[in-house]
Amino acid sequence: MRTLVSPLALRTPHGRIIYWTILTVTVVGFTGAFVFPFYWMVSGALKSPDELAQIPPSFFPKSVDFSVYKEAWDQLQLGVFLKNTAVYAGGAWLLTLAVDVSAAYALSKLRPVLGKLVLGAMLATLMIPPMVLLLPTYLVAKDLPILHLDLLNTPWAIWLPAAANGFFVFLLKRFFDSIPKELLEAAEIDGASPLRILWSIVLPVSRPIIGVVSILSVVTVWKDFVWPLLVLPETDKMSISVGIASLSAQMPQNVLIASLVIASLPTILVFFVFQRSIMAGLTAGSLKG
Amino acid sequence: MTVTEEWVRRAQSGATDPRSPDDHGALRRAVGRNLTAYGFLCAALICFALFSWYPMIREIVLSFQQNNFVDPGEWVGFDNFRTVVADPAFRSAWLNTAAFSGLALVIGYAVPFVLAVVLNELKHAKAYLRFVVYLPVMLPPAVAVLLFKWFYDPGAGLFNQALDAVHLPALSWLDSTSTALVSLVIVSTWMNLGTGTLIYLAALQSIPGDLYESAELDGAGLLKRVWHVTIPQTKLILLVMLLLQVVATMQVFIEPYLLTGGGPENATVTVAYLMYQYAFNFGDFGGGSALGLMLMIVLLVFSTIYLRVSREEAER
Repeated sequence: MRTLVSPLALRTPHGRIIYWTILTVTVVGFTGAFVFPFYWMVSGALKSPDELAQIPPSFFPKSVDFSVYKEAWDQLQLGVFLKNTAVYAGGAWLLTLAVDVSAAYALSKLRPVLGKLVLGAMLATLMIPPMVLLLPTYLVAKDLPILHLDLLNTPWAIWLPAAANGFFVFLLKRFFDSIPKELLEAAEIDGASPLRILWSIVLPVSRPIIGVVSILSVVTVWKDFVWPLLVLPETDKMSISVGIASLSAQMPQNVLIASLVIASLPTILVFFVFQRSIMAGLTAGSLKG
Repeated sequence: MTVTEEWVRRAQSGATDPRSPDDHGALRRAVGRNLTAYGFLCAALICFALFSWYPMIREIVLSFQQNNFVDPGEWVGFDNFRTVVADPAFRSAWLNTAAFSGLALVIGYAVPFVLAVVLNELKHAKAYLRFVVYLPVMLPPAVAVLLFKWFYDPGAGLFNQALDAVHLPALSWLDSTSTALVSLVIVSTWMNLGTGTLIYLAALQSIPGDLYESAELDGAGLLKRVWHVTIPQTKLILLVMLLLQVVATMQVFIEPYLLTGGGPENATVTVAYLMYQYAFNFGDFGGGSALGLMLMIVLLVFSTIYLRVSREEAER
């Protein structure tokens, strides 16, 4: 497809030189800005505290000894933090899907009285960033209204707020709206219950959007810092980000860096595998809000 | 459509559904359908009520009350606001937050757009460049921030060593009032750049090629084509991203929390960080909520503009 620079201009010798120069600069620049910090982190973890303090720094670690990773794993109880985070993200994912899919289905296909008002109220929450409601939301988690339950240090403190996501309801509803009515009416005439229709017709055709919502919800919970910092103060309950941050001051530099490497692996791995869905999710809501 | 409307419609065209021969059946089915719908909705309603709607009201209530969370709160009018405004850190926090947002715009707003324009022209290494630019976004922010804390180390840190390698004087980064805030902006820009770049890239790909073609035939040079075709064609998304970035950067918390603790000399205290301090360091939820409410009102202004703009975009 034709872009800013015409294909004709690119074919001239002059154009070619410029093109290859810009390409080289871009590749080198991007590698330097976005890949090199990762190299520095991974190689930094392999250096001894003395080597880390050395000026000028060594580009390659003097000895490659991976035992620092084991040390980080044990000293910072990274296994516990990672398991906690997996439980928080996994549970939040399941609950978010169950809650938001059924809400979007009801709003899109069952269209109850005041449905528009409910949708409006859910979308209105997108106008107010969670950060400004941090304190009252924390108080709710600490002392749940009416039931007077204390959710602090329980996974529910992560799961329940994660499910209240107006953006997901919006994405799902918009997708469900595009499912042809005839498809559902046929099933209805055959006597299928709404739950059955949701499960056997709506969900199978909604795989793409469910994929996008799934990855977004897992990654959001995994990356979150402020909320788990407040609601999971007990060391044994901390998520990986909060755990490392709160123990970082007492660690030798190389152990801390090794723990950063370990903490960044899961999301980067997810990115490797689900790159397409993640990039689709990026443009899903932002372009046509 | 309301139930009654639909009921009337069904009643009038009674033949559309073989199972509702009379009005009675239609009404019963409408009631049943509503009950089912609210059955599907109830879990979401509870979650939203507890963690989104109620906190909005609670924030307003808290900011006008003195509370120890044992006795019922005592109404104190604007006292909490007065306390917060009288705090010397209040002025710093708002100035720093505004400066952080402003600097983030200066340093970070144009960059993703320029990168996207360049990426859109390249025919090689496309997948690699796209992957790499988004890599920092995938890092948990706490990890990225702690990584940069090490890079900022005034002694053997990467940045001062890099400056030294090109024979520039070392900087004290996080330790000096003049560079601390900029240092926070650099981390924040680094870890968020990829989002903007990929969103712009998607927008650029939907620009029809013949617009460039005819601009070129009219004799428009490269920069003129950017100015007269690329920017007008992406105007709305540029505006949307501007507003989103302002709203996001005004809430900055994790960078000052992990890097500087608001210092040196309040140079990096932000509104969100001060709000956190009020509640969790000073135990003053009233003052914290007052700050939260003020920030909410400011952000609502931007969100409202955002909503208008994105509606315009959707209608296009």
